[in-house]
Amino acid sequence: MLNKSTHDIAASFSRRGVLAATAGLMLGLASISGAKAADDTIKVGVLHSLSGTMAISETTLKDTILFLIDEQNKKGGVLGKKLEAVVVDPASNWPLFAEKARELITKDKVSVVFGCWTSVSRKSVLPVFKELNNILFYPVQYEGEESERNVFYTGAAPNQQAIPAVDYLMKDEKVKRWVLAGTDYVYPRTTNKILEAYLKSKGVAQEDIMINYTPFGHSDWQTIVADIKKFGSAGKKTAVVSTINGDANVPFYKELGNQGIKAKDIPVVAFSVGEEELAGLDTKPLVGHLAAWNYFESIKTPANEKFIKDWQAYTKNPKRTTNDPMEAHVIGFNMWVKAVEKVKSTDPDKVIDALPGIEAPNLTGGVSKMLPNHHITKPVFIGEIKANGQFDVVWKTPGLVAGDAWSKELDGSKDLIGDWVGKKCGNFNTKTNKCLGSGS
Amino acid sequence: MPTKLSARFGTFVLSLFLIAFALPAFAGPFEDAVAKFANDDYSDTEEAIGVVASSGNKLAFPIISALQDGRLMADPDSKKVYVTGTDGKSIDAATGEAVASVPDSASAVRLNNRLRRSVDAALGGLTLQSPDLATRLQAAQSVFKSHEETLLEPVESALAKESNKAVKTALGEARAAILLFKSDATEVQKLEAVATIKARGDQDALALLSDLGSDQPASVAKAATSAIGSIQGSLAIWSSVQNAWYGLSLGSVLLLAAIGLAITFGVMGVINMAHGEMVMIGAYTTFVVQEVIRTRYPALFEYSLLIAVPLAFLVAGGIGVLIERSIIRFLYGRPLETLLATWGLSLVLQQAVRTMFGPTNREVGNPSWMSGAFELGQITITYNRLWILVFTLAVFLILLAMLRYTALGLEMRAVTQNRRMAASMGIATSRVDALTFGLGSGIAGIAGVALSQIDNVSPNLGQSYIIDSFMVVVFGGVGNLWGTLVGAFTLGIANKFLEPVAGAVLGKIAILVLIILFIQKRPRGLFALKGRAVEA
Repeated sequence: MLNKSTHDIAASFSRRGVLAATAGLMLGLASISGAKAADDTIKVGVLHSLSGTMAISETTLKDTILFLIDEQNKKGGVLGKKLEAVVVDPASNWPLFAEKARELITKDKVSVVFGCWTSVSRKSVLPVFKELNNILFYPVQYEGEESERNVFYTGAAPNQQAIPAVDYLMKDEKVKRWVLAGTDYVYPRTTNKILEAYLKSKGVAQEDIMINYTPFGHSDWQTIVADIKKFGSAGKKTAVVSTINGDANVPFYKELGNQGIKAKDIPVVAFSVGEEELAGLDTKPLVGHLAAWNYFESIKTPANEKFIKDWQAYTKNPKRTTNDPMEAHVIGFNMWVKAVEKVKSTDPDKVIDALPGIEAPNLTGGVSKMLPNHHITKPVFIGEIKANGQFDVVWKTPGLVAGDAWSKELDGSKDLIGDWVGKKCGNFNTKTNKCLGSGS
Repeated sequence: MPTKLSARFGTFVLSLFLIAFALPAFAGPFEDAVAKFANDDYSDTEEAIGVVASSGNKLAFPIISALQDGRLMADPDSKKVYVTGTDGKSIDAATGEAVASVPDSASAVRLNNRLRRSVDAALGGLTLQSPDLATRLQAAQSVFKSHEETLLEPVESALAKESNKAVKTALGEARAAILLFKSDATEVQKLEAVATIKARGDQDALALLSDLGSDQPASVAKAATSAIGSIQGSLAIWSSVQNAWYGLSLGSVLLLAAIGLAITFGVMGVINMAHGEMVMIGAYTTFVVQEVIRTRYPALFEYSLLIAVPLAFLVAGGIGVLIERSIIRFLYGRPLETLLATWGLSLVLQQAVRTMFGPTNREVGNPSWMSGAFELGQITITYNRLWILVFTLAVFLILLAMLRYTALGLEMRAVTQNRRMAASMGIATSRVDALTFGLGSGIAGIAGVALSQIDNVSPNLGQSYIIDSFMVVVFGGVGNLWGTLVGAFTLGIANKFLEPVAGAVLGKIAILVLIILFIQKRPRGLFALKGRAVEA
């Protein structure tokens, strides 16, 4: 076998995209599809990636729903019927999410779907849920600017995570200079746009804001960490607001630790780093860096302690961590159960109408409520990383914060509200009194 | 009745007696402050730190340093505070008396970042005259950062006694920092301070000078502005040195990831999409080695990477040989099928690892010699990057020597240059194929050991390196190890000089565009192989 000419290689490479797609498709087809079941069960769809890049985060959520269904069935199920999970694997492949969603609704006839992590996967399944009129519970913090009739957002909107975190840094740490660092995709870009507008409205000058984007899975953080250090040496207290996603966090924090950036000099507050992400890290150099969430495993309430105990027993792993999106699924699942029991039916139209106003206890001692804009009320906590990989809550909002579907900070959305109860509209303009409809 | 009265009187006397005894222990401001640690309130803790640090009490240092290390235990019920020593023995923080054990209800006093800064500043003031050189230096540095006016006197008295040159400079800088911000310092003092800080010339100095308010005398403000300008000028030069170092470091990572591919793809011509997974397997081998060491032989942790290197080579190499024998040997000369088969294989390997080890990241620890950084002039060099550079070059040289000076190397070159001729000379070509593929995979495994130190150990580890590896090999010239070396470092340095200007995302795109243009011009890469081998 001799050296191939570069033409050969180029030809092979041009076909790589097609091959990759084919391979992905094959893998998807081979994945688990719904089990045949008797008619006396209510089917619950689980649409989380179990392979590919997002498997790291989404596998836990699949287990969470299976756990919740198991618990509910022990209590006798819903409406006298057992719940049955239908698990599919969209394999971190966004178009496949739409196909799998369609399969769940048309073939498996599920009554509700719990799923998605990335915004792009949610956007990909949206048309399917609208067309086939089903319900999606979406458990992850996201960029907002959306309110759909068929989707219930149990994760944090920007005003339930990003804005309170910035407020904390401004008031408690007296931060004057801001680095907004994020992975280059829709959630960090929108969140940073909102934060930039918010900071400016608080009198922060343009030159005191540095915005930096990196590709997915970025692993060489030397230059950026050095830049942050340089930006932080202008004599004003500096903090980093990180919307860096998933895998890129580990090398980022390692580089911070190695270059000696301590939390007491330049704190980093992260919106995507939870207990799960810290599991792959030596957290000793990171003590004091912050994360903003609506739930921490370390919060001591009877509900949370019971949940952790049952979860670890269910997974047969005494070290298994819990995290914020898991709690969002817990709240969403309980709300759905309550709504179904209220209308005594799993018909999506009836359940969608019944859900706003439904209350379910969260794991941190409060009671979350589904709002007319399909977002929920949540408390906001700021936690500091401890040496044992858990978070120590250093600040929390006095009460629950209502999720805004449309950011009040952005010009394009400050007049919009989502109201599926009175106005029956996801993007109602309060200035012009008009519903913009599905066009935007 | 009288008995009851006398009993009551007795209690009264007794309590008076008790109060009289208890007073000395609880009345002083120091004791009050210590008790505040038990309130679990950040403002109270901050107040307590200030009072304890300036109390002059000999317990101040043990208390504050215990607070920093999370060894200061407070009992919220009895409001008692204890210092647990590093040796496990405890004392009552208010009195200094030894206690048998700390009650279970006590927990470590919590800190936030604001408090950590106060603790640092307080410790700085307390340890300025510590007998330990490193502690004194650190103390001077933290005083420089906090520049509390109250510390001027301790700094000056420490300065008078100090004999070590480095500490003396640091103390001088700390004194200058205090004077610069002291409202009643004279203009001359302030000008001197600006000069001292300018001489320091690093980012902290820049930060301090930029922080100077506008209420300064005109001459001081002017001196500060010119000092800022000169520091920024010298830092700009240093920053290009820093970029060059970052480029070398990125280049070494690229080279390390690509070097195995330079064998399997470059020398053998197999489009090996599963190359990244060999890197991942190497990283997981490191994880397993560290797990075993952690549970069985904790003392060996510092050597875990050295142990992992040969094991990763064997594991990944073994899997490589298996892949070659079972799949690739049937596909020689069919690049498209090889591409498809190895791509599928990479998915299979990823999912296998995901099933075995779980989808979440695995923690691979850094031995102490791989953590931290040192300062060289005004640039920071992290140890892990430095060692990876050294390691990469060593692997490269060993590989080069192997190909040139060993019998196997000779056979490999013979087979890859002209298979038929080599076979006629009596070389067992299929055995050489298997060994060559095994060697390339094994080296990818070694790369995984090093990359586990800077990246995630997850099933997706390999995916992030496969494109870069192909890029380096094609750019450097297929089939030429030196080309891979030069290609990797060129790409690394170009990337790092583009990144500050264009940003990470655009920088990466620009590099890809440049490579496409370059390949148009020179389809065979930087170092094209010449001779008959190319034609076949």
